[in-house]
Parts: sequence; C-alpha cells; structure tokens
Amino acid sequence: MNDKKMSLEKKLKSQFGDLISNIVNQYGEITCEVTPENWQQICQQLRDDDQFSFEQLIDLCGIDYLTFGEAEWDTDGVSSTGFSRGISNKGPGRFSWEERETELIDKRFAVVVHLLSIKHNMRIRLKCFAPDTGVLAVPSLIKIWSVADWFEREAFDLFGIIFVGHPDLRRILTDYGFIGHPFRKDFPLIGNVEVRYDEEKGRVVYEPVSIEPRVTIPKTIRKDARYAENQEQLEGDS
Amino acid sequence: MSEIKNYTINFGPQHPAAHGVLRLILEMDGEVIVHADPHIGLLHRGTEKLAESKPFNHSIGYMDRLDYVSMMCNEHGYVKSIEKLLNIEAPIRAQYIRTMFDEITRILNHLMWIGTHGLDLGAMTLFLYAFREREYLMDCYEAVSGARMHATYYRPGGVYRDLPDYMPKHAESKWTKGKALKEANSWREGSLLDFIEHFTDYFPEKIAEYNTLLTDNRIWKQRTVNIGIVSPERALQLGFTGPMLRGSGIEWDLRKKQTYAAYDKMDFDIPIGVNGDSYDRYLVRMEEMVQSNSIIKQCVKWLKENPGPVMLDDYKVAPPNRDAMKNDMESMIHHFKLFTEGYTVPKGEAYAAVEAPKGEFGVYLVADDSNKPFRMKVRAPGFAHLSAMNEMVKGSMLGDVVSVIGTMDVVFGEIDR
Repeated sequence: MNDKKMSLEKKLKSQFGDLISNIVNQYGEITCEVTPENWQQICQQLRDDDQFSFEQLIDLCGIDYLTFGEAEWDTDGVSSTGFSRGISNKGPGRFSWEERETELIDKRFAVVVHLLSIKHNMRIRLKCFAPDTGVLAVPSLIKIWSVADWFEREAFDLFGIIFVGHPDLRRILTDYGFIGHPFRKDFPLIGNVEVRYDEEKGRVVYEPVSIEPRVTIPKTIRKDARYAENQEQLEGDS
Repeated sequence: MSEIKNYTINFGPQHPAAHGVLRLILEMDGEVIVHADPHIGLLHRGTEKLAESKPFNHSIGYMDRLDYVSMMCNEHGYVKSIEKLLNIEAPIRAQYIRTMFDEITRILNHLMWIGTHGLDLGAMTLFLYAFREREYLMDCYEAVSGARMHATYYRPGGVYRDLPDYMPKHAESKWTKGKALKEANSWREGSLLDFIEHFTDYFPEKIAEYNTLLTDNRIWKQRTVNIGIVSPERALQLGFTGPMLRGSGIEWDLRKKQTYAAYDKMDFDIPIGVNGDSYDRYLVRMEEMVQSNSIIKQCVKWLKENPGPVMLDDYKVAPPNRDAMKNDMESMIHHFKLFTEGYTVPKGEAYAAVEAPKGEFGVYLVADDSNKPFRMKVRAPGFAHLSAMNEMVKGSMLGDVVSVIGTMDVVFGEIDR
C-alpha cells in the first residue's frame, strides 16, 4: 500500500512538475495544492491518464481558514489570578451577526477534492485556494465528474465560493431566501434570524436572533508527547 | 386540438414515499417526467458547523443522527478519522466488536430499506416482517449502549464498554406471562453474544421468507425491473458507492479493497448486479444481508473465545475507570481534563471512510492542534446518489419516481446534515 502511495507521489512530480505544489504524504494520504488556473486541466489528466485514472470524485468541499490555529484559551501563561478564563475571542460561537467583522487573510478559502481510483485502488486529495482578491472563484469540475454538480452547489451555499462554468449554481442546503454563507468562520454559530409564527399577522415571520452567543468549552491548543511521535513518524514516512 | 403544455407538480416534502423531507419539483409531459429537480436541505442542522464548536468526542452522538438508520457505521467513520489523526489503534477485541456492530447496523439499515421500499411499491406485509426483525437488533444496541438507536458507542481508541454478560429480560405483564413469557425470554437466558447467535441462526430463514414474497413476485418485478438503469460508466461519473455502484456491476467494497476493523479476517462475498436497475440493486442488498449475517456469526465465535480490553489504555484519549478515578489522583486529573476540555489533536488533515450500508461514508477532518475539529466534512453516500435523481427518472413515468427514491435508499439525516 505504502509503496503505491510513494510511487503516486513520484508520478505526480514527474507528470505535473511545478503545476502541483506542496505535496504532503501524511497518514498514508497524499495531499497537494493546485492553482485555480490549472485546476480543470490537472483534474482532467488525473481522470484520463492511465497511470492515475481517478474515475471517481468522492467528495468536494470548501474550507475557511480564518482563525486556523488560534486558541481561545491561553494555557501557556499563568498569573496570580490563575489561568486566563478563555471567555474572549472571535470564534464563531462567540459573536452575533451585528458584531461580526469581515477579515481578509491570505489563502483564506480553499476547495478540497477527494478522488478515488477504483482501477489502482488509491486516493488523492487536491486543494485549490481561491484567489484572495477579486471574485472568490474556482473553475467548476462538473464537466469532468458529473457528481461535482451538487457538491459545488453545497460549497457555494455554505462558503460563497463561485464555481465558474457551473450551469446551475443555486443554494442547496439552506432555506429559500437565506442570507449569508453559514460555514464561514465569521458567520455566528447561532445564526442571524429566528423564525416564529406571528398570531396577529397570521404568517411566519423572521426576526433577529434573541439568543445570546455562548461557548461552554473554549478552544484550547496543547502540545504533548504525541506530537513528537507523530512528527517522527511523518519524517519516517517521507 | 388545443395546445398541450408541460406542467409542473410538487412532490413532497411531506409525502409518505419521499422518505423524509424530499421536495421534488417534477416537470411532466403527461405521465412522463421531463425534468426532476430535488430540493433538499429541509433537514439541515449544520452538523459540521456544530462539530467545529465542540470537543471531538462531543460530536460522536451527532453522527448517529446523520444517517439515522445506520447509526454505528457513521460513528465508525468519524472515530476512524480521529484515530488516524491521533495515530492510535483500537484493541483487537474492539475491532471485532466494531465489525460485528457494523454488520448488525447493515442488517438494520437494509431491513428498514426493504420494509419502506416494499411499502412504497405496494408490499405491506414485508414492512411488518422487517420491523419485527429490526426489534431484535435494536435490543442488541440497547443492551450494549442503553439506547435503541442513537448509541454513541464507538469512541476513539475502542468502544465505550465491553459486551454485557446478560440480556435484559421481558417482565411479566397481563399479556405476556407463564409460557408466553418463557418463550419471549428464551433467547435471553445467556449473554448478549448468545442472543446475537440465536438471531443469526434465526435470520436466514426470514430472508428466505422475504425472497418468497418478492423475488419472483410479478408486481414487484413490474415495478423494479428495468427501472432506473445506471450504466457502470455513469455510476462512476455520478459518484455512486455501495450497493448503488455494485448494482451496476462494479465490484467495489471498502471492506475488501481498503479493509479496516477486522474485515480482513472475515470470510464473505461481495454480490454485484448485472443490469444496474432497481431489481438488481434489490438483489444485491438482499444478498448483503446474508453475507452480513455470516460475518456476525464469525465475529460472535471469535468474541466468545477471546476476552480482552475493548479500550485503549491511554488516559490522554480514553477515560480511566470509575474506581481509578475515585482513588487515584492522576486518574482523577485525566478524567477531569478529558471531560471538561477533551483531548487535543495534532495539526493535520485526514479522510477516513467506511463501507456504510448505503455506500462510502467518509469523514474529512482538519485539525489545528486544538481540542476541536477545525473543519469537519461528512461525505454522505446518499447526497451523491440523490444528485443523480434527474438522470435516473428522466423519461420514465411518475410512478417510477417512487421506485427510484426507494432504490436509492435515501435518508435525509445524512443528505441534509
């Protein structure tokens, strides 16, 4: 199994050269990055080239890298009053819609694709970062794998990534007339509207949420012995 | 002659044959479907976003509620993904227990499927039969976890606790007493494994019963043969997995090809279809139940002979037992940290997939050294299957829509997430 993975890594390098960057082999899974310009061409080749033949697109999803690696609770320092309480930060569970701030960071949104080759029994993960400036757009893969249709609609709905070339890019999971892209990290966990039936108006009405945002367990970053082990194994793998 | 126009009808979201909350906008030309546009998301609960705001273990229970008729398989996918990131492996006995419960889950799912699919197409009896058998398997769930459906039984590093030594018995009531009570409790004298063994001896003749009712039934064949045909090439393009892919004749099963848990030690076959129609998928799933039954039998045999730990002995991931927690300071601290903060997971990303009853159920996790997943994506097999709806029903009759929804075996918990 591992041999095959290693050779896949080599094959990718020899076939695509600089078009593919950041090839990582972690936990026996290959991850690599592709730019939006080469996205369709590389996917097409990965499907059609006999040495890869990734016939199936297993999954496509978006990721928002805002607040990646940021803890809500500082566990390193401790003062005479004890550890920090871990009650202030900007995680999605902590703010409401009005107080949200839109932030721009480098390489914020990515589209991640998992491919499966039934012929060679192997998987690969491709990542495509959407451009940070201009339109948040990535080319659509619908012509290469038909199943991309709904997966791309989902990523558009939840993250607002636009798939260029998709014939019918509508919302799919959220409500009719929904505003915003809920899986972005700057979208509050409690949402922005709540729904109830209004007796007087005789219809369902939308109102701003009345729930206070609350986090019971803060996000904490700790590094223990396992990290060292994992790191060693990673180095051993590659 | 007056001008004839296509018209649009709305199917669902509250329709008994919509298997939940599917809303279909059908453009009809007379009785023939021109275009089908499924509207989903009516059961969207934001499971993935919720998981991002909770420590890893808190989300195991949410997995049960995704595909709510194949609960433990979902847990397995999630737990496997965490185990991959943590670089840990469950003890062998836990692997066997997982294998056994995955297969119990498969039978649970397929019974639900055959029951409702039959009901949709006019076979009432089967629904009642299938639910009778499901009850036994739910009792297994209950015995092991305390819950009939939403078990939260699998944990990173193993399973929550070992299989119980006794089965709960029926109590005496006005209707069940004396001989009837003895009869009702006859399987329940021994341990859970004895109970499951009784079931595996009993189940094959029940499958034969279902086959008698359906396989050569004229009406059943009229409703399924040559309905919703998918060629192998299209099946790959449309992201089909599981019985939907095998029904089209592609031999692909993660249990064999990318084996996990104790499947490599099991002896079983993968049934595949020939024509890729609803009837072939029916045959595939029926045979899968037979195979699952045999796997369960093999697991029971092994589990009876090999006692051992079912949870990893690592206090960073698995909680100490009550006794240690009460009497040992270290254990108490670990217990406290695990249940207040959880464990942290090294930075990285992993995708782990299991062969769930409906197809490939995968969980993609991105971790950032913290105690919560940074991003979790659930790859639900039903999502890909349902997206092929338009292609599968285009050009067929309105009545076939019901047959196609049934053959896809869709559950909205996992599609809408």
